Amino acid sequence: MVINTNALRDAVVSIFGERGFKAIERSVLVFVFALAVWALIWQLDLTVNGLLVGSVYALGAVGLSLVYGNLHLPNIAHGDYMTLGAFVALFVFGSLVPEVWSQNSVGPFTFSYTLFIALPIGVAFVAVFAVVVDQLVYRTMRRRGALPGVMALASLGVAIALRGFIQYIWGTEVEHFPRVSKKFFIWTVDLFYLQDVQVRVPPDMIFVAAAAIVLTLATYLFLNMTKWGKAMRAAADNEDLARVTGIDVERTNLLTWVIGGGMAAAAGILFATGQGQLLTISGWKLLIPLFAAVVAGGIGNPYGAFAGAIFVGVVGEVSTAWLEPSYKPAVFFAAIIVLLLVRPNGLFGQSRS
Amino acid sequence: MVEFEGIILHIGSFLVIAGIYAIINVGLNVHYGHTGLFNIGIAAFFALGAYTASILVMPPPNPDLYQRYEWGGNLAFTLGSERIGFDLWFPLVLIAAAAVCAAVAYLVGSVTIRLRGDYLAITTLGLGETIRLVFTNEGWLADGTRGLNGIPRVMDGLVDPHWYDFVFLPLVLIVLVIVYFVSQRLAASPWGRVILAIRENEDTVEMVGKNAFQFKLQAFAYGAALMGIGGALYAFAKHSITPAAFEPFFATFIIWAMLILGGSGNHRGAILGAFVLWAVISSSQFLPGFLGDPNLRLAVIGLLIVVVLLVRPAGLIPETRTRT
Repeated sequence: MVINTNALRDAVVSIFGERGFKAIERSVLVFVFALAVWALIWQLDLTVNGLLVGSVYALGAVGLSLVYGNLHLPNIAHGDYMTLGAFVALFVFGSLVPEVWSQNSVGPFTFSYTLFIALPIGVAFVAVFAVVVDQLVYRTMRRRGALPGVMALASLGVAIALRGFIQYIWGTEVEHFPRVSKKFFIWTVDLFYLQDVQVRVPPDMIFVAAAAIVLTLATYLFLNMTKWGKAMRAAADNEDLARVTGIDVERTNLLTWVIGGGMAAAAGILFATGQGQLLTISGWKLLIPLFAAVVAGGIGNPYGAFAGAIFVGVVGEVSTAWLEPSYKPAVFFAAIIVLLLVRPNGLFGQSRS
Repeated sequence: MVEFEGIILHIGSFLVIAGIYAIINVGLNVHYGHTGLFNIGIAAFFALGAYTASILVMPPPNPDLYQRYEWGGNLAFTLGSERIGFDLWFPLVLIAAAAVCAAVAYLVGSVTIRLRGDYLAITTLGLGETIRLVFTNEGWLADGTRGLNGIPRVMDGLVDPHWYDFVFLPLVLIVLVIVYFVSQRLAASPWGRVILAIRENEDTVEMVGKNAFQFKLQAFAYGAALMGIGGALYAFAKHSITPAAFEPFFATFIIWAMLILGGSGNHRGAILGAFVLWAVISSSQFLPGFLGDPNLRLAVIGLLIVVVLLVRPAGLIPETRTRT
């Protein structure tokens, strides 16, 4: 364990010695951990909802982290890719599918089978869109060896342009997917025979969480088990070496965009389903928890991003027990800064030097 | 005749805001262009400067207007703004805004500046959001989401309020010129050369015995102070501020686009970029027909950023690299 605040460390070491410092460090960590577990148990309702919210973040964060790691691009447009996917789905619901199809819902969920028509169309559209933008903008910049900051700025331009076009076409009002309202799942849990806690969960969120786990697992299997997945990881690790071994790096880059864009679209559609409403800035507003999740998990590590998203989601929800809900973004960042001080490369990140 | 007057008024308000953005952009250039610190939390210091200045000049809250902040007015009165007169109070307020921003930057920087570039960026973004949320939620500080309205004008009463921008414009330009010359001088000084060397290769700087961390921290605080001055001037130019004015889009990303457009690494480019991009943004509302649609304008601004990055990657005025 490396603590980065050297001044504090030196002061403690000079008073208590190296072994004393280790003991203090360990006991502080144990105390903080115990405090966290205590908070999680007593706020069971918020913890469960935090896990579900975190899984929504995970859907977006996995794709974002993949693009970040493979193409060295902090894609500011990722949130707007999510919005684009959701609006393509809205178009499918509104214009392609007869309205009666959307009236019968699936099981306990608010959506109908038409979601499974809209989802692949939205995913395919955004995947193609991401590839086209890459060919028009980022490929030229990559060839020129642009710095990540400049690439990020280009993606900001893409984000602004995309949002402008979406608002031009669909307007800025709140939109809704067709939905049938359903009851929440409610469980009452008896905490150590001391207190009853009601856990209320919207059914859609369970579906979204399951989808997030399945998609992350699929990404994991693809990256580790298939030839193309291994090629992508090799290209991300060292582009020149990958090229020398005969990997077509341009093609792995395109594949990264197909997966990243497709997952962004899936995230946007499922998020709009879970929320019950869709705004042109929905995706943009998710950028902050998404980047927080990517950083928490270690940049460029998709499974780390999943864990980071869960971490961010739970911390954000549980904090609402004591703080105003609108302080959530601040809580994300306080948590991230503390995490980075203890682990400078995120939960699962490795030092690149 | 009325139309002509409208154009003149528009140019006045354009120059004031562009000048303010230019000051902030010089600060960002110190951060990114010179030191290589990837700060995407400009909004933090922008907002902090604007709110510090406003709190220091606001009259006591007026219950008839449902104003319910506690700090504004009382603080200014306690500190003696009445006694020395508002025009003398004004430069002190600018200095206070700069000092508060520098202090916050120093505190936050001493914890986060050791982090690798990407990670530093995300923590600065977080700082920007946090400061905006504090001003949104803490009503006692600056009236929450309603913000502070009716911020007093410096040198009020010289001309009709209608033409006030032309009284304020020289002040902004004087501050801009001072900021430019001080920053330029600093960049050429031994301190500035260390800063540039850190951007190029931090390990080398450490090897010749300079404490790179301290230099980065000082540059972070100095740039933040400039952003704070810009924020303070912004509050005076707009006469009212709300937390919504400091959302990342207008308070951070637009300024980044200005820096890249003008050419990062030299202050003249930073200033030119601010004026050019703000000219494009503020004049695009006069486009005829469907081009004037606000959403399409947004799209055009986005495309413009992309095109500039593709066509002129080094900006309008590229940095001149000197050998010493």
